[in-house]
Amino acid sequence: MRAHVRFVCLVTALAFAGAPGARAYTAYVSNEKGNTVTVIDTEKFEPIKTIKVGQRPRGIDVTQDGKFVLVAVGDDDTIQMIDTATGGITGTLPSGPDPEFFAQDPAGKLLYVANENDNTVTIIDIEKRAQVGDVQVGVEPEGIGISPDGKILVNTSETTNMAHFIDTQTRRIVANVLVDARPRFAAFKSDGSELWVSAEVGGTVSVIDPAKHVVTAKISFAVPGLRAEAIQPVGVNITKDGKTAFVALGPANRLAVVDATTHQVEKYLLVGQRVWHMAFTPDEKYLLATNGLTNDVSVIDVPARKVIKTIQVGELPWGVVIGSR
Amino acid sequence: MKARIALHMMCLAAVVLVAGLDYAQAQASPEFTIGYLHRPPAKSAISLLEVPAANDGVAGAELAIEDNNTTGKFLGQHFALAPVELKDGEDPAAAVATLGARGVSLLLADLPPDALLKTADAGAPRMLVFNVGAADDRLREEDCRRAVVHIAPTRSMLADALAQYLVWKRWSRWLLVAGSHPNDKLFADALRRAAGRFGAKIVQERTFEDNGGARRTDSGIVQVQRQMPVFTQSAPTYDVLVAADESDVFATYLPYRTWDARPVAGSAGLVPTSWDASFDQWGAVQLQNRFIKAFSRRMSALDMQAWTAGRMIGEALAHAHAADASTVLDFLKSPDFALAAFKGQKLTLRDWNQQLRQPILLTDGRTVVSVSPQEAFLHQVSELDTLGIDRPESKCRLK
Repeated sequence: MRAHVRFVCLVTALAFAGAPGARAYTAYVSNEKGNTVTVIDTEKFEPIKTIKVGQRPRGIDVTQDGKFVLVAVGDDDTIQMIDTATGGITGTLPSGPDPEFFAQDPAGKLLYVANENDNTVTIIDIEKRAQVGDVQVGVEPEGIGISPDGKILVNTSETTNMAHFIDTQTRRIVANVLVDARPRFAAFKSDGSELWVSAEVGGTVSVIDPAKHVVTAKISFAVPGLRAEAIQPVGVNITKDGKTAFVALGPANRLAVVDATTHQVEKYLLVGQRVWHMAFTPDEKYLLATNGLTNDVSVIDVPARKVIKTIQVGELPWGVVIGSR
Repeated sequence: MKARIALHMMCLAAVVLVAGLDYAQAQASPEFTIGYLHRPPAKSAISLLEVPAANDGVAGAELAIEDNNTTGKFLGQHFALAPVELKDGEDPAAAVATLGARGVSLLLADLPPDALLKTADAGAPRMLVFNVGAADDRLREEDCRRAVVHIAPTRSMLADALAQYLVWKRWSRWLLVAGSHPNDKLFADALRRAAGRFGAKIVQERTFEDNGGARRTDSGIVQVQRQMPVFTQSAPTYDVLVAADESDVFATYLPYRTWDARPVAGSAGLVPTSWDASFDQWGAVQLQNRFIKAFSRRMSALDMQAWTAGRMIGEALAHAHAADASTVLDFLKSPDFALAAFKGQKLTLRDWNQQLRQPILLTDGRTVVSVSPQEAFLHQVSELDTLGIDRPESKCRLK
């Protein structure tokens, strides 16, 4: 009996690992309109499975132990937990109403969820699957970023146009920084020296000094032949060495490659339509970006700064996360 | 002599400053009171669904104030709304003076064009008026004022937004039916201009005379069912009936009742508007939910225009920190101003006539069918400037 169970586990594990190879990671893409998560093998860059989830899946992440993929299903007012071993939904987290985006603390114990409808950030203990607190923030909280030391939580509110700095110990707001219109995403550099906040409608990325709470640089984008209104920065991913950043420009259908030291745009990469969120493979050799309106994911060779492949996924891909496997 | 005048001025300034402080201390009051001058809401409409709520527009402004106060909580700013209803035909000057005495320098106005101009002239130069209700192109053209910022889309913007879609759909032969009131004729003018700009052809024009009569009668539907087919019969071949009926006299009766089986657009059928209660794109569902929660009803186009004006003020004060008319206007006209208003792109101000650039929704009353400008209508500055009267054609000389 026991032998039989073990055999099943082995088969499942093999199925998920894909063909044997060095960089067999697994990417998970939330498809907002399709109500599915597409599972992609990052060695072959091919979809290997589609998982049916709840209504309107958007924010997506993997727990630090690699056991669960968490996906916010906004119209079902919950976060679903997908067992990475079986691909089945095995539980939910009490996210509060209409969860869109969330982030884990560096220890992987707490989840911070933006609830757009009631202007709060809900804090969840992942292991206990219980709410342990909340923080009142601005109108329509959206982006969530956590400092590498886990001490500061940054939340952006879309209509208030601010980045709120929240002390994770006291759960109080310690500073507010005005940025440009409709801030969507907050990303710290891995050394904690800079916080980048994208403003979708403002068309900029504000670089903030997290110690002084001031905007120290503002990155603008200009693509020949495109009107300013089409440039709508959303996702921001910075390499671990803090030297290169990728910014997804939404309906501009391009990623900007930014020198993260000088804050100068180096290159624009043409991807699919309405590019939204991105994820690096753990070795940072590849970057995956979701293209909402073309129902696909672009694969970028990071050192070469080239788009090398496009993978068809479900309807309206929104978020992407890559689990190390 | 010069020195003495300067000294006088300084004393005066000091007195004003002290008076201001006294006022603030005595009231322990909001730092920024925004005025809202409005006409009485219309009492009837052909469709019960379209009878405006008693707080139509005001509710949108109140929600913006609430949103501004959430931001204000972090900036040490507080906003309040002072709504004043004018009777039909009442001169707004007295109300403007009263609001001015209360320290109001920013005023939302939902008024007919002449009352709006009187309001602007009575308040200038210390008051900046946000026109949330009047679609008249002349307010942005020959009658434009430095003291007025326009949030409501113009008739020409609405007509262009509709025309772009109809042309894209290849419904380019129009039967134009206009009402007999002056505002109906102005909308018909805008539709005619739009047809010319975007390559549609008006195959015939008809006028629907308003001969009076009640909108609501218990058996009216029997007559309407016969009246509308007869009114639209014997038309040359056309693709779409385009109706100009701002007065809400006949257009609502046209869909499904035309002699030929043709769609209706304009004042009924496919309607161009700044907002629709069914709209949920680009995060709009958040705003719709906030509005319904606060007011137990759905959000109208006028509510949205007032909300937008209120948020523009919030944005200006979050950045400029001063509520005087010229500081706010300078910020709104600067490249730093970009408003997020759930339209999928930033809204900015046309600096030549102070009209807010905005996408226009095309709604059938149950859903948003499309959003203009349509793809492929290009422009050297902003695609949004393909809607309405553009800079080179403008008659506006701001003063």
